[in-house]
Amino acid sequence: MSSVVSVRNLRKSYAGGFEALKSVNLEIEEGEILALLGPNGAGKTTLISTICGIAVPTEGTISVGGFDTVADFRAARNLIGLVPQEINLEPFETVMNTVRFSRGLFGKPRDDAYLEKVLGQLSLSDKKDAKIMMLSGGMKRRVLIAKALSHEPRVLFLDEPTAGVDVELRKDMWDVVAGLKASGVTIILTTHYIEEAEAIADRVGVISKGEILLVQDKAELMAQMGQKQLSIELSQPIDTVPEALASYALERGGDGQSLIYTYDTRGDRTGIRTLLNDLSNAGLTMVDLQTKQSSLEDIFVGMVKEDA
Amino acid sequence: MNLTAVKSIYIFEMQRFFRTITQSLVSPVLSTSLYFVVFGAAIGSRIEQVEGVSYGAFIVPGLIMLSVMTQATSNASFGIYFPKFIGTIYELLSAPVNFLEITAGYVGAAATKALIIGLIILATAFLFVDIQIAHPLAMLAFLVMTCFSFALLGFIIGIWAGNFEQLQLIPLLIITPLVFLGGSFYSITMLPPIWQTVTMFNPVVYLISGFRWAFFGTADVGIGISLFAILFFIAICLTAIWWIFRTGWRIRQ
Repeated sequence: MSSVVSVRNLRKSYAGGFEALKSVNLEIEEGEILALLGPNGAGKTTLISTICGIAVPTEGTISVGGFDTVADFRAARNLIGLVPQEINLEPFETVMNTVRFSRGLFGKPRDDAYLEKVLGQLSLSDKKDAKIMMLSGGMKRRVLIAKALSHEPRVLFLDEPTAGVDVELRKDMWDVVAGLKASGVTIILTTHYIEEAEAIADRVGVISKGEILLVQDKAELMAQMGQKQLSIELSQPIDTVPEALASYALERGGDGQSLIYTYDTRGDRTGIRTLLNDLSNAGLTMVDLQTKQSSLEDIFVGMVKEDA
Repeated sequence: MNLTAVKSIYIFEMQRFFRTITQSLVSPVLSTSLYFVVFGAAIGSRIEQVEGVSYGAFIVPGLIMLSVMTQATSNASFGIYFPKFIGTIYELLSAPVNFLEITAGYVGAAATKALIIGLIILATAFLFVDIQIAHPLAMLAFLVMTCFSFALLGFIIGIWAGNFEQLQLIPLLIITPLVFLGGSFYSITMLPPIWQTVTMFNPVVYLISGFRWAFFGTADVGIGISLFAILFFIAICLTAIWWIFRTGWRIRQ
């Protein structure tokens, strides 16, 4: 895989002196879905805006498809489609007209057949002559995507595509994104919904306070940082964890009715078997066992907290 | 040069114009007709000839200029302010277009609208007064240059404006007074000497004077000076716009 977007030592500070990005390095691979995860104000939108040309880098370089976004801005921007976070649309225009305008802005000759195909993919065919103000919120967001796709970009940035969107529509949006990926478009999306990153991303980048804390394959990330918890329900509650079990760092849960053992799935030994042995040696009887895999959310919250 | 983009912006803006045709066309034509009725027919009948022309005919170039300047300014300022206001400016900033292309699209459309309105007012004038145009080509050239230059000015105002009040402020407080005092309705020679001198600092005087020369062959100031004034004005506006886009002032973070 080669990287289609490459961000090097990018720093961005605003006029007031606020440093939104501190030396960001990021390589985005061709054809992947990268989710940029971070709390509000982490710098997600600034990063996207700077790559797309809306904000000017204070320091550092960005290249898209090998073209520098400042020196060679036309070639670079031709490859990029941007779906902004806010629903910014001309209320009085028709869907087709505004999408046609977007295509023209990117210097592409008029091609209504292609645009109708895009609108079809986004289930907007029957709305093409409707005025934008007549559309629902979910449709408007899809119009924004249609606009971003109107000039056949290779890289699509989706800034919080599902912010304020209900669960059903969010699933629809994920389907749309999956369809786009299948058609070969590289997708970068920002989100603060962890489940979103978990559901559709190939790789996850975590950004906090203007710094990228990590970028990693989603499955790897979860395997590496994912801890599992074994919860052992006891027949009788206990007040203290017996001395003999001290080495397992058990926690008491449910008013002493259960013991919680945290272990690492990466280890050669999970220690479960010996724990269970020692447990019965200590005279405790168990009634039930449960394991739980920590989600991306737990990982994420842990990481951002550490950073704070 | 991304000409397709220029064309797209131009067409998009012109569509807005035709969509709001009543507001865009009918109201300036109506208000100008009222000027003709009031100043031309009612008051004008009591005024002697000005520079050998009947007063009704004399005010035609000034009235056209008044409308064209206001329309070019407000259309261009609104054209670029609106995307800023509703947020669609992101698209212009992330598209492969440079400042010349954006300016050409918006200013071109605003100037065209003003030109259409100017020509319609001229046609309306023929209904009210007997008027001859001495230098039709020069008249057209002056009209086009005025549309273009004030559209440039409006474009700058639209970028500068942070809210709708500011958008109206400059046209209302500066352009309208300058145009009214720039000889739309009178010849500068009708003023007392001291005001004749003061009025020479009003740039609009040169534009109206040049335009009037194209109609009647006489003018308050030399046609060469008028031509120089308008080209100078265009150059100042273009420089300002170039600076705005180079620094990203009020547009790019």
